Amino acid sequence: MTKLNSKIPEGLVAEKWNNYKAHQNLVNPANKRKLDVIMVGTGLAGGAAAASLGELGFNVKVFCYQDSPRRAHSIAAQGGINAAKNYPNDGDSIYRLFYDTVKGGDYRSREANVYRLAEVANDIIDQCVAQGVPFAREYGGLLDNRSFGGAQVSRTFYARGQTGQQLLLGAYGALNRQIEAKTCTMYNRTEMMDLVVVDGKARGIITRNMITGEIDAHFGHAVVLATGGYGNVFFLSTNAMGSNGSAAVKAYRKGAMMANPCFVQIHPTCIPVHGDFQSKLTLMSESLRNDGRIWVPKNIEDAVAIREGKKKPTDLSADERDYYLERRYPAFGNLVPRDVASRAAKERCDAGYGVGTGQAVYLDFKTAIERLGEDKIRERYGNLFQMYEKIVDDNPYQTPMMIYPAIHYTMGGTWVDYELQTTIPGLFSAGEANFSDHGANRLGASALMQGLADGYFVLPFTVQNYLADELHTPRMNVDEQKEFIETKEAVKAHVDKLMNVNGSRSVDSIHKQLGHIMWENVGMARNEAGLKKAIDEISSLRKEFWNDVKVPGTADSLNPELEKANRVADFLELGELMARDALHREESCGGHFREEHQTEEGEAMRDDKGFTYVAAWEYKGADTPPELHKEDLKYEAIEVKVRNYK
Amino acid sequence: MDLKIKAWRQKNANSKGGFENYDVQNITEDSSFLEMLDVLNEQLLGEGTEPIAFDHDCREGICGMCSLFVNGRAHGPDTEITTCQLHMRKFKDGDTITIEPWRSGGFPIIKDLMVDRTAYDKILQAGGYVSINTGGVPDGNAIPIAKIDSDEAMDAASCVGCGACVATCKNSSAMLFVSSKVSQLALLPQGKIEGKRRAQAMVAKMDELGFGNCTNTGACEIECPKGISIAHIARLNREFLFATCKD
Ligand SMILES: Cc1cc2nc3c(=O)[nH]c(=O)nc-3n(C[C@H](O)[C@H](O)[C@H](O)COP(=O)(O)OP(=O)(O)OC[C@H]3O[C@@H](n4cnc5c(N)ncnc54)[C@H](O)[C@@H]3O)c2cc1C
Ligand code: FES
Repeated sequence: MTKLNSKIPEGLVAEKWNNYKAHQNLVNPANKRKLDVIMVGTGLAGGAAAASLGELGFNVKVFCYQDSPRRAHSIAAQGGINAAKNYPNDGDSIYRLFYDTVKGGDYRSREANVYRLAEVANDIIDQCVAQGVPFAREYGGLLDNRSFGGAQVSRTFYARGQTGQQLLLGAYGALNRQIEAKTCTMYNRTEMMDLVVVDGKARGIITRNMITGEIDAHFGHAVVLATGGYGNVFFLSTNAMGSNGSAAVKAYRKGAMMANPCFVQIHPTCIPVHGDFQSKLTLMSESLRNDGRIWVPKNIEDAVAIREGKKKPTDLSADERDYYLERRYPAFGNLVPRDVASRAAKERCDAGYGVGTGQAVYLDFKTAIERLGEDKIRERYGNLFQMYEKIVDDNPYQTPMMIYPAIHYTMGGTWVDYELQTTIPGLFSAGEANFSDHGANRLGASALMQGLADGYFVLPFTVQNYLADELHTPRMNVDEQKEFIETKEAVKAHVDKLMNVNGSRSVDSIHKQLGHIMWENVGMARNEAGLKKAIDEISSLRKEFWNDVKVPGTADSLNPELEKANRVADFLELGELMARDALHREESCGGHFREEHQTEEGEAMRDDKGFTYVAAWEYKGADTPPELHKEDLKYEAIEVKVRNYK
Repeated sequence: MDLKIKAWRQKNANSKGGFENYDVQNITEDSSFLEMLDVLNEQLLGEGTEPIAFDHDCREGICGMCSLFVNGRAHGPDTEITTCQLHMRKFKDGDTITIEPWRSGGFPIIKDLMVDRTAYDKILQAGGYVSINTGGVPDGNAIPIAKIDSDEAMDAASCVGCGACVATCKNSSAMLFVSSKVSQLALLPQGKIEGKRRAQAMVAKMDELGFGNCTNTGACEIECPKGISIAHIARLNREFLFATCKD
């Protein structure tokens, strides 16, 4: 029987959050400092939540694996953050942002959560402005907006091409203020290795100090995971090198279900792969699709000539080019959602029209430069163009950029209820780490919105509601409490096991092989045979890992290979779970495209009767398949339709 | 291309370090500098030598984690980039490349090419923010800001906190870093309110942590991956002077 209770409050969708806040439990100021919260992660979600809980007076212990909280991967977000301010007076509203997000997610997200997200989005902009985030402005001194995919209004706020950086530095500033005020204690270069559960409730974590190798235990009345996404299961992605799924996997093994793990976002505009030594992929922000036009040659001979270096893109006249997004989707053109744009690029390249290595299409600014001038384009995208030029050694002001889809974001993640609480009481999950509000596809500029919504405006209420019942739980002594001692020993044993395989294969070589299996079979297009193959191959690769991996150095010192090995061991589990989830979901929706389920024109075909639910997987042991639980999705405020961007 | 790598190796903070020489072969021009180090590390792993430890994360020039002194220059022989954005086409076949960590009393070495930059966090904790809580703030458009000020604040705010300015400065001064935050917030009405207090607190913390004085050599500006101008140091000095006069 299903154990899932999403705890959606009563009332109309627009009233639920106010109803919740009106009736939630609070903790009085004097008692707050007696309550400890563990915050794993300092990105937008974790940083904002830690600072806000600290401001309220809770005692917060904050962890990150980088050398400073400011380096969480949120820093890399380029394009912008959505809100329904309607400053441009172009018809935006909270309802429309809500509607666009549900539709963009292909009707696979929870209405109540998405409405709350749209509702608090405006507060985020106000908060960030008050912190001194230098958002782009008009000459009149007011805030500027741009457009992103999947919307017909301009609702995206931005700070050049460095929006994530500026928002994160805002949250980091707020966190710094609380560190100075001693409500927050920061643990840099400290990795969470496991979750401690006492009497069914999350009570703390076991960590490894990445410099000394020391294994420590930390108690908290509640634990929040804000550890980001697991896109690196594909080896190559736009994530940071250290981004990982380990915290989520460790929690999964302890009973926190994983929801929709197969929902992965493939971003259409990334710099194409250059060779075997490649370590990561670089995103070119979606905002470029405001002014850039995507095309491939209309004639296959031209595509071949370009690939062989006999022709240049600038040699082709306008009618020798196929602006395939404008052709297929006239209403949204180059600004269709990411899943649609990615599949369209793959379709053209698979048909032989790709440029570069054959796995690339053009993103061209010629028309925009003619219309607006080079200076305007430089002002809007200067840092992105510079980034492109440094990597590819080509000047995008003169010749079109080459781009190709790449793994970017994970909509799937730890299952949470309306309060962002997982299936383990006292364990919360926020930001990209939870299965979130984006359904089967996330719209651009809405991850920053969700991270900050969770951190500033949701967790401070919901965690408090939980802690109100914990006032009488005394702080546990981690050196005496049985569960802490046992979990700590288990972590030490796990580290020893990794160190002692002493085989012949490097961690990276196994990770690359996993990435290859995932990209080929669990990537942009999936089918039954490929997914079954992936499950088999990952399972034997996992065995190979545990028989033949080589981790040099020692466990009691700084050891980057050991850190990677710990993460890859978890990716090997997660990859298989993703393939299982993709196999079971016999429909195409959002980023999940099953080749068996498409229209004659190659558009995704949902099966609303069969699959309007969240798939939450429960861990059943190392050698037993996980158990599927379903949370049925009910649409009351929005009519479910076929997604149409034509 | 084939290269000779001369890299700083140091077991931990307390041990004495030294240079080691390595050969790497078949590096492509399109590889990034850190991908070249990945190849070298994979090779060392095969030979049973411990790989070279270096800091990195985003590999796209924004997190500020990478921090190498390459051939005597912070972030290597190119301008306005971080080490992870450096590409091998900047080198020639047969080159010898010397790689060292940041060297500054404020940034002790942890291992090989990794240093401890927590001093930067501490300086910002002393006042690098606007002291407001979550919630209860005015509407975003209730605070109009001239575009020119907002743009300049953004120039300053683009600091990635990598430490190249300190590593380059002969005095190990952190003035460019401190000024970027002070200047960003001094340019905006939200930050002006506690501007003086902020300047004093951050400069005091910088001095306390052992960073040197600024003698206006301008070296920091040249190596800053984000091209942050020393004009911000001038603004910091003004804020600081103002604050001290008032006291
Ligand atoms: C290149 C790029 C561009 C993007 N652009 C946009 C954009 O324009 N607009 C938009 O809305 N979204 C964008 N996104 C998506 C968005 O940036 C992310 O989804 C979001 O920032 C994630 O924030 P987070 O707080 O959930 O996680 P992160 O910022 O990834 O933070 C994760 C934190 O968890 C810590 N951590 C992880 N594992 C452990 C562990 N085991 N132990 C201890 N600590 C751990 C890390 O140290 C870090 O502090 C972009 C993403 C990328 C990669
Ligand atoms: S690794 Fe992030 S800036 Fe170089």
